[in-house]
Amino acid sequence: MSKKISLFNLCVTLVIISACSAFLIGSVYKLTEPAISKAKEKKQLEAIASVVGGDFDNDPYAERISVKLKDGTQMELFPARKDGQITSIAVKSSSDKGFGGKIEMMVGIFIDGTINNYEILEQHETPGLGTKISETRFKSQFKGYRPASNDFKLKKDGGDIDAVTAATISSRAAVDALSKAYKGYNRFNLGNKNE
Amino acid sequence: MNKVSFENLTRGIIKENPIFVMMLGMCPTLGVTTSAANGLGMGLATLFVLILSNCAISLVKNLIPGTIRIPSYIVIIATFVTVVDMLMAAYLPALHARLGIFIPLIVVNCLILGRAEAFASKNNVKQSFLDAVGMGLGFALALTILGTVREVLGAGSIFGWSFLAEGSDTVLLFIMPPGAFLALAGLILILNAYKAKQGIK
Repeated sequence: MSKKISLFNLCVTLVIISACSAFLIGSVYKLTEPAISKAKEKKQLEAIASVVGGDFDNDPYAERISVKLKDGTQMELFPARKDGQITSIAVKSSSDKGFGGKIEMMVGIFIDGTINNYEILEQHETPGLGTKISETRFKSQFKGYRPASNDFKLKKDGGDIDAVTAATISSRAAVDALSKAYKGYNRFNLGNKNE
Repeated sequence: MNKVSFENLTRGIIKENPIFVMMLGMCPTLGVTTSAANGLGMGLATLFVLILSNCAISLVKNLIPGTIRIPSYIVIIATFVTVVDMLMAAYLPALHARLGIFIPLIVVNCLILGRAEAFASKNNVKQSFLDAVGMGLGFALALTILGTVREVLGAGSIFGWSFLAEGSDTVLLFIMPPGAFLALAGLILILNAYKAKQGIK
């Protein structure tokens, strides 16, 4: 504290401190960036493997394709093959209607249109309430579920899916993301048939 | 090690434990201790930030004019927190995902700014380092104990290792937010009762 205090002095000190901190953060970012994206990729790969049901021998991540829905949403699809035949596909879908913002999930759909399973990749729902959308009780409704139409809904909204108690908004967002994934699947399936 | 250094190192662990005695950093304490592993992870992250920030601040304390010391300390602390955040995201992604928002919030943990202001800005690097290690260990220890108590009562497991049959009823309340207050109060009660018995003030 021996330094003389002047406005110039204060500014210079703060600038120096901020510059050092920016440099340090920048270097650490450079250092950790590859590992962070690798960890994210690994999480996606695990999610794909878990939702498509294990029975595949290709690398779905390497064969990923992107489709565009009618409303302009871009979506990534990961086809899983067994002996060259597509058995199921994993669709990366998201919804912005969650209680805490974006919900991102990986949805596995068999080629015949039956949903197998889904994994939540990212969510910011209320712990203990909204986060239950990633638990078996809610999830199991979709195992083997074959929606009658592209738009499936909660029972409350005239559909046939039970919402998580006290977490209607989160459930609605999860259904929204699932329904988008299903649209993506249909888009992919139609494209395939036309070929 | 002389007496002063030893005192600085051990003071934070029990006698002036940041959680059970000084009640500092309550937000992560109550928020993340739903399991022993979360408590330990958060405690170690805080310990790491505290050591770095205490050392850095005691190094530069004479270069920073008194009027802007608080903003300077916050910039220094925020830098180290961001570094820890990125390192955890890179190498411990699972833990990082569970601790979530509480990692960036270490910046405003009053334990860290409190030690910077009360200790590091008045002492040399060696003593500040020892103080940070002691306080950080005390914090990590308290968080781990609290996390263990809540996990045992609320989930029937320790560090994720379940000792109850699947589907057994547990006191779910303890892993919900109110349980954090009850468990913390219980632990402080036990510690104070012990101290009173020993005649320590």
